[in-house]
Amino acid sequence: MTGAEFVPLSLSPLLIGTLAAVACALPGNFLVLRRQALIGDAISHVVLPGIVVAFLVTGVISTWPMMAGAAGAAVLAVMLIEAIRRLGRIEPGAAMGVVFTSMFAAGVLLLEQSDTSTVHLDVEHALYGNLESLIWLDATGWASLLDLEALRGLPPELPRIAVTLIAVVLFTVVFWRPLKLSTFDEGFARTLGIRTNLLGLALVVTAAIAAVASFDAVGSIIVIAMFICPPAAARLMTNRLEHQVLWSVIFAVTAAVSGYVLAGYGPLWLGGQDAVSAAGMIATMSGLILAVAARFGPCRTRAGAPQQG
Amino acid sequence: MIRDALLLQLGYNASLVAVGATLLGIAAGATGTFLFLRKRALVSDAISHATLPGVCLAFILMVALGGDGRNLLGLLTGSAISAWIGLLCLGWLVRHTRLAEDAAIGAVLSVFFGFGIVLLTVIQTMGSGRQAGLESFLLGSTAGMLWSDAIVITLGGALTLALLLVLRRPMTLVAFDPEYAAARGLPVHRIDLAMMGLVMAVTVVGLKIVGLILIVALLIIPAVTARFWTERSDRVVLLAGLLGGMSGYAGAAISASAPNLPTGPIIVLVSFVLFAASLLLAPGRGVLAAVLRHLRFQKRVHLRQGLLALAQGHLIYEPLTLRLLKRAGLARPDGVATDQGRARAAKALRDERRWQMIRSDQDYEAAAALYDGLRDIETVLTPDQITELDRAIGGPKGVVA
Repeated sequence: MTGAEFVPLSLSPLLIGTLAAVACALPGNFLVLRRQALIGDAISHVVLPGIVVAFLVTGVISTWPMMAGAAGAAVLAVMLIEAIRRLGRIEPGAAMGVVFTSMFAAGVLLLEQSDTSTVHLDVEHALYGNLESLIWLDATGWASLLDLEALRGLPPELPRIAVTLIAVVLFTVVFWRPLKLSTFDEGFARTLGIRTNLLGLALVVTAAIAAVASFDAVGSIIVIAMFICPPAAARLMTNRLEHQVLWSVIFAVTAAVSGYVLAGYGPLWLGGQDAVSAAGMIATMSGLILAVAARFGPCRTRAGAPQQG
Repeated sequence: MIRDALLLQLGYNASLVAVGATLLGIAAGATGTFLFLRKRALVSDAISHATLPGVCLAFILMVALGGDGRNLLGLLTGSAISAWIGLLCLGWLVRHTRLAEDAAIGAVLSVFFGFGIVLLTVIQTMGSGRQAGLESFLLGSTAGMLWSDAIVITLGGALTLALLLVLRRPMTLVAFDPEYAAARGLPVHRIDLAMMGLVMAVTVVGLKIVGLILIVALLIIPAVTARFWTERSDRVVLLAGLLGGMSGYAGAAISASAPNLPTGPIIVLVSFVLFAASLLLAPGRGVLAAVLRHLRFQKRVHLRQGLLALAQGHLIYEPLTLRLLKRAGLARPDGVATDQGRARAAKALRDERRWQMIRSDQDYEAAAALYDGLRDIETVLTPDQITELDRAIGGPKGVVA
């Protein structure tokens, strides 16, 4: 594997996958601790109708309207879930199930009804993304990294996900203390004057932004896996939130890199000819990491819980 | 067109799909109720996504054995096995690690689904393009439904309903009070597993019609909808089955009536419409009923406060109070009480005084606990007791000018 081959074909999908994984894993830490892990699942389902509506309104496949549509759909879904939960006095899980399946169904229906045959917009793409196709054609080798002309040809998903990651990191760093407080002891946080409701909504919106930006590049399946698996595995490694976040980043990067490499080259090693889905493989690797953590992680059991056979 | 569809006049395939979807809806609605009452609705999401690797592996295996690979029964068996493994992983994660159930659900869902997608791409590269049938399991596909598929779905649905009938009592008990069930000696864990097994059966049966992503909706939405209409668990089960069947039937009919109306999403949307209607209109738990209740309450508070103000000769500034008093014929537009208004006001003031008396009297403790500022005192005291109170209060007193 030389630079001439690696840089144009694998570098940018690898980077995009890794950045997306980290961007989702960071808010995922708080979602898992707040028992809102499935918000990520719900968001990634409702992104589809958002994108379809954005396409129908603008008539073109372009990035910003679609991201706006997806983010709008995510916020709408969160509001609907909250409204149904309160108005109908239904437990949050069921409210979530009602909302995201219905919105997803609406998205599929809209997609079937509208004439999208000429454009690249379908359910499969939404589910598994197209990580492998995000190649950097202008690159010729490692030297291209310093070549402005070639850098301009980078797939636009890369800067986008990088900006999203920076935004997510900033959110996490700036609101670290209030986030931590309100995650572990919401009542106490409120007595300190922290607007916990607003903060909770901000967290969900951040997660939605991370989901939408990653979704665009890697499909919803990685998004869900990265929201949950690395933070959950990290949770089994340590009792400190700082360490947990670090672990989750390490796990996310490991899953992304190993998943991508295995998907691209694993079948070749086994004598096959074609690569398998990188998105699916990354999700699978994150699952393996979680399985190992669940079996051997130092903090895997509930503190004080009796050991069960 | 829709009428033709609803009357099963659109040909063999459409009728087959409609019957299958109805049965599936009934089975899913009734089964989903227990899941919903157990507050584990989203476990179905994990189960349904976990079917994908099984479908793919079954396909690969059947092709490797020289078969066609698209035998529905074989694919469904594979999906059931992998869904069961997913369930066991879920249960293991919840019981043996500190992860909460939602994180475990999300982990199982995404990892199994991701692995399934890896297998799908493996199948794609196996050549021969035969995987086309498999992707339809994501969103369901009824276009090419065969008689044998319908038989599989019908038998599966009927078997699920029969098991449900047998297990309904222990499952209800576990759903409402697992500790009590355990104390009664019921094997709670195994009953939970049985419940999940039924959910899995419905999921597997529904793969063909609505697909694995949307089957969750059929399990959750009818149950939630039915819950609005009744407080009795057996009726919720029946009603959820009925609503699910209706959604399945209507959805299949509507989707057959025009092109580009995929069956699964239409069924889900029909059931969502039923849900939204129930959320708004159901008596008791519905939004409209709650709003009406609130308005009635508001009216009572305003009338009461208005009458007390009239009795004490205060001016009424609150426009709503004034409007209500006027409409009831108790006050004139300028806020002066009519004769009837004066009478009612005097009664209201007296009642307030009576309440004051009993609330400071230990003997009336039980009655006084019912005080909420609105309750008519006649509903908590006997006429004798009221006469007694009035004697203590004494007759009318002159108003100090």
